[in-house]
Amino acid sequence: MTTTSQDDARAARRPIRLFRNPMAKIASIPMILTALVVFVGGTAWTVVYSFTDSRLLPRLNFVGLDQYERLWSTRRWLISIENLAIYGICSLILTLLIGFTLAAMLDRKIRGEAVFRSIFLYPFALSFVVTGLAWQWILNPDFGLQEVVRRMGWEGFTFDPLNNPDIVMFGLLIAGLWQGTGLIMCIMLAGLRGIDEDIWKAAKVDGIGTVKTYVRIIIPMMRPVFITALVLIASGIIKLYDLVVAQTNGGPGIASEVPAKYVINYMFRAQNLGQGFAASTMMLVSVIIILVPWAYLEFGGKKRD
Amino acid sequence: MTDQSVIEPSGSKPSKRFSRGNIILYGTLIVVSMYYLLPLYVMIVTSLKGMPEIRLGNVFAPPIEITFEPWVRAWAEACTGINCDGLSRGFWNSVNILIPSVVLSIAIASVNGYALAHWKFKGSETFFTILIIGAFIPYQTMLYPIVILLREIGLMGDLAGLVLVHTVFGMPILTLLFRNYFTSIPEELFKAARVDGAGFWGIYFRIMLPMALPIFVVAIILQVTGIWNDFLFGVIYTKPETYPMTVQLNNIVNSVQGVKEYNVNMAATLLTGLVPLIIYFISGKLFVRGIAAGAVKG
Repeated sequence: MTTTSQDDARAARRPIRLFRNPMAKIASIPMILTALVVFVGGTAWTVVYSFTDSRLLPRLNFVGLDQYERLWSTRRWLISIENLAIYGICSLILTLLIGFTLAAMLDRKIRGEAVFRSIFLYPFALSFVVTGLAWQWILNPDFGLQEVVRRMGWEGFTFDPLNNPDIVMFGLLIAGLWQGTGLIMCIMLAGLRGIDEDIWKAAKVDGIGTVKTYVRIIIPMMRPVFITALVLIASGIIKLYDLVVAQTNGGPGIASEVPAKYVINYMFRAQNLGQGFAASTMMLVSVIIILVPWAYLEFGGKKRD
Repeated sequence: MTDQSVIEPSGSKPSKRFSRGNIILYGTLIVVSMYYLLPLYVMIVTSLKGMPEIRLGNVFAPPIEITFEPWVRAWAEACTGINCDGLSRGFWNSVNILIPSVVLSIAIASVNGYALAHWKFKGSETFFTILIIGAFIPYQTMLYPIVILLREIGLMGDLAGLVLVHTVFGMPILTLLFRNYFTSIPEELFKAARVDGAGFWGIYFRIMLPMALPIFVVAIILQVTGIWNDFLFGVIYTKPETYPMTVQLNNIVNSVQGVKEYNVNMAATLLTGLVPLIIYFISGKLFVRGIAAGAVKG
């Protein structure tokens, strides 16, 4: 009798690990399934099948790097990558520049700050489809901006980015910046508000000009904010898909194709799954290339301190 | 980076009200505002014109004769392929997708956040880390495996399948949001409830839920705009009869058949943008807080 009660007591004191807090574990099952099955499992599955010759249906017939070789010799993919690079670099620089400049202007204790902020941010509430269609209409060569300027008397004015393969990505960029800069402005503004007022006083005492104070003191202090903004913009750029589908649908010809669209075309339209998997794996690799230095700076740096 | 700091501007005080610097500042802001307002203005103006007027005049001119016919046609008659029952079908599909997706994703994520904050178990942080890293993986890498998973459970092409997809992809950011919020609730409160004999669900429903109402509102704003604006998942995981509004809109406007009716197209575009716009203008500061919470990780 005494032994069993002792056992009971021990069991009560040290329950088996797996069954401690059973409710918390049961409640976490959706999260665990999402993390392991969809995120880890799904990604691994796609990477594995990118080495096969799957076409209409996935099958495990390994062909090594064939899909990747074909991918990198397809003109459409090369154009997609080039487009994304052009769009990405311009979008990154301009979004940071515009976002910061707008935030700095709104931070000058101006009247009607809330109104200006609402105006800059509202496009962010709209979808890329709506954004793309609105700008498609404004940039319409027969009725839009170009025609209006021509009727005002400037007959030779030409601005038709959506039908000109050379500048079509800039047509998309105008729309993308319109939609996304408000978010970055908001983040920058929050960062600027986090900076001590005394910094400004000290800069004034030392006779440093406003612009110089921003460039030399404020921006270096806002490094974490800039990194957050950078990661946000970069991960948004790689996802670029809806905007292209709505505004140009990859045209004229294939001049505005992007990698995300390439993947979906090959997986769900051209029924060439292997190509789609290889292209999406390349997208994953590019994200890793962007994320690893950031994670190193963010988390590796902290550990060293 | 907290939202209460947004109230206090930190720039140096402008000395005079009409100094030259001020005029340049306000001038620039007003010009930039015009660029941001232009598309909305053009959309509204175009949607209120008749087609003859559009062919004649310029996109920026206000309508001479205001007509609401394009709105009616966009809602009830616009064609996608052979179906000519307008955007209304897409609207109701989107509503049917939106409501269960928002409820399910927030319910699951709030419980996740609560468990991660107060009921840590071995491996819970690992799963959370995977979840956060998962938010950065391009969706394209997971699209096809999810098609297979949905096919296995018989939900491919079904609205319920799309609801699951939205729940899965909303989970990282929402779980982070709730975890951070619940972590800030004092440990003593939790311990006192434990001493009083409350269990996992008891504490969640009686203490955590009532305290977390503001963060629920933020989560709802985030999810409603996010799910309403989704295009990618809608186009892949549903059938033409159940296409959400964004997909149907794109099909209407970018269809190659027939004469282009720009006024109807713009009315349709505005109709689709209306839901998130209304949410944006009603929620105001909370929207900013939502995106700041979504943006500034950790």
